[in-house]
Amino acid sequence: MTLRAFRGARPTARGEEATFFARCQEERLCLQRCGACTRAVFYPRAVCPHCGAQALAWEDASGRGGVHTFTVQHRFTPEFDTGEPAVLAIIALEEGVRMLARVLEPPDQVAVGMPVEVRFAEASEGFKVPVFVRAGVAP
Amino acid sequence: MSRNPLLAIVGAAEAPSQDLGTLSPASLMAEATAVALAQTPLRPRDVDGLLSASSYYYMPTLTLGEHLGIRPTFSDSTTIGGDSFVAHLGHAAAAIAAGRCTTALIAYGSTQRSDGRRLVHSMSEPLAYEAPYGALWPVAGFAFMAQRHMHEYGTTSAQLAEVAVAAREWARLNPAAPRRDPLTVDDVLASPMISSPLHRYDCCLVTDGGGALVVTAPDRAADLCERPVYVWSVTEGHRNRHVSAMPDFTESPAADTGPRALREAGVDLAGIDVFQLYDAFTIAVVLMLEDLGFCPKGDGGPFAAEGVLRPGGKVPLNTSGGGLSYRHPGMLGMVLLLEAVAQLRGEADARQVPGAASALVHGLGGVHLSGATAVLGRAGWRPS
Repeated sequence: MTLRAFRGARPTARGEEATFFARCQEERLCLQRCGACTRAVFYPRAVCPHCGAQALAWEDASGRGGVHTFTVQHRFTPEFDTGEPAVLAIIALEEGVRMLARVLEPPDQVAVGMPVEVRFAEASEGFKVPVFVRAGVAP
Repeated sequence: MSRNPLLAIVGAAEAPSQDLGTLSPASLMAEATAVALAQTPLRPRDVDGLLSASSYYYMPTLTLGEHLGIRPTFSDSTTIGGDSFVAHLGHAAAAIAAGRCTTALIAYGSTQRSDGRRLVHSMSEPLAYEAPYGALWPVAGFAFMAQRHMHEYGTTSAQLAEVAVAAREWARLNPAAPRRDPLTVDDVLASPMISSPLHRYDCCLVTDGGGALVVTAPDRAADLCERPVYVWSVTEGHRNRHVSAMPDFTESPAADTGPRALREAGVDLAGIDVFQLYDAFTIAVVLMLEDLGFCPKGDGGPFAAEGVLRPGGKVPLNTSGGGLSYRHPGMLGMVLLLEAVAQLRGEADARQVPGAASALVHGLGGVHLSGATAVLGRAGWRPS
């Protein structure tokens, strides 16, 4: 298993936020599915933002998606600065939700529409978060 | 549909000390207030409504009231982003109409440049799902929009650069602007890449700033100042908080608040003489131009590249030089409103749009999370 790491940060996480990140430590990317309207929901919450029902259940995402948009960021606040650019992206997961994450690929190889898969990388010592790599790459 | 104005602006001023680094954000608000009130017979004790938003103060209206010795009967620190002050016009109008207060003060102050910040969004609590990744806000969010807009519509960096070039052309007419040398498209494209595809000159300035507006019921205005400016409509709205929840990365809340503001005022774009659109980034302007109806969705790049945004062009936009080339203290809404008022009072000197009688101001919040639009008119102007 390739160890991936980047200079990130461990967030303060409360309630369902903490549940999400606890599952990340098990290398599970989780979202929710509404039992009333069947739509996927991310980020996790208490009430379905589509239909208003209190029927959200946790579900493991497939981890597959595509780059909806991205940026190669050249400037950082000090705690994230490594002197190298990094790819930040909005990933469209195949379940129909989007999330922000890093794409751990060379910046000049990232494009809108690129298929990606989730991996887990350490954002800070021992703390894993979802990141994405080009789909089809060996783990 | 409105056939009477909602509100009158009777005092409007920047803080004279705003670039000196000698006053706190609160004192900049107070200084601007004193100058604005001096345009009227009013004193602080006549103010009974306070509205403010701030990245410094947890309860900004309490800070403002304490600095000035004002104990309001109406207090509103609605914070939806840098557009908060545009929204505050609507909140003040509703409060005055409901009898919650008679005379309201809207104020803002920031010392972000003196504080040493660089393109950092200082207002936000950390968002747990985003915080691990080190995205630089707000530029990364607008970079996402630019990249998507280029993907969907073929917008180019050179077209985005035209927005910055036009802003600088207006700034060259403004003695208070920090740089008045010409800026070319090549200059923009050669400037360092901050967060692709946005270069340094695609991004707003980082300055200090302070400003205040004194507002009251329209039927009191003529007794209180020589050149009142009337507010004919104000709309507000927001769509998301996390950038990842943006429904469409090529559309802003202006698509909702803009048409509503025009409809409620009873005027169309052709009836507006001057525009102040929150230019935190070149791409932010392109989205607003499309969403307000200047051109079809996706055509904002070519539209800007026609040169119509420059002095003498058919769309007098951000006539002070805007956030890109005049001033951006962190929350730009007050700067936009003050320039609109200056234009409508005929006080814009070399950058004056001849005969400007009506103005549209659109503010955005955060990374196009929220929007607020207002239609303003000078005394004697009515929507046709």
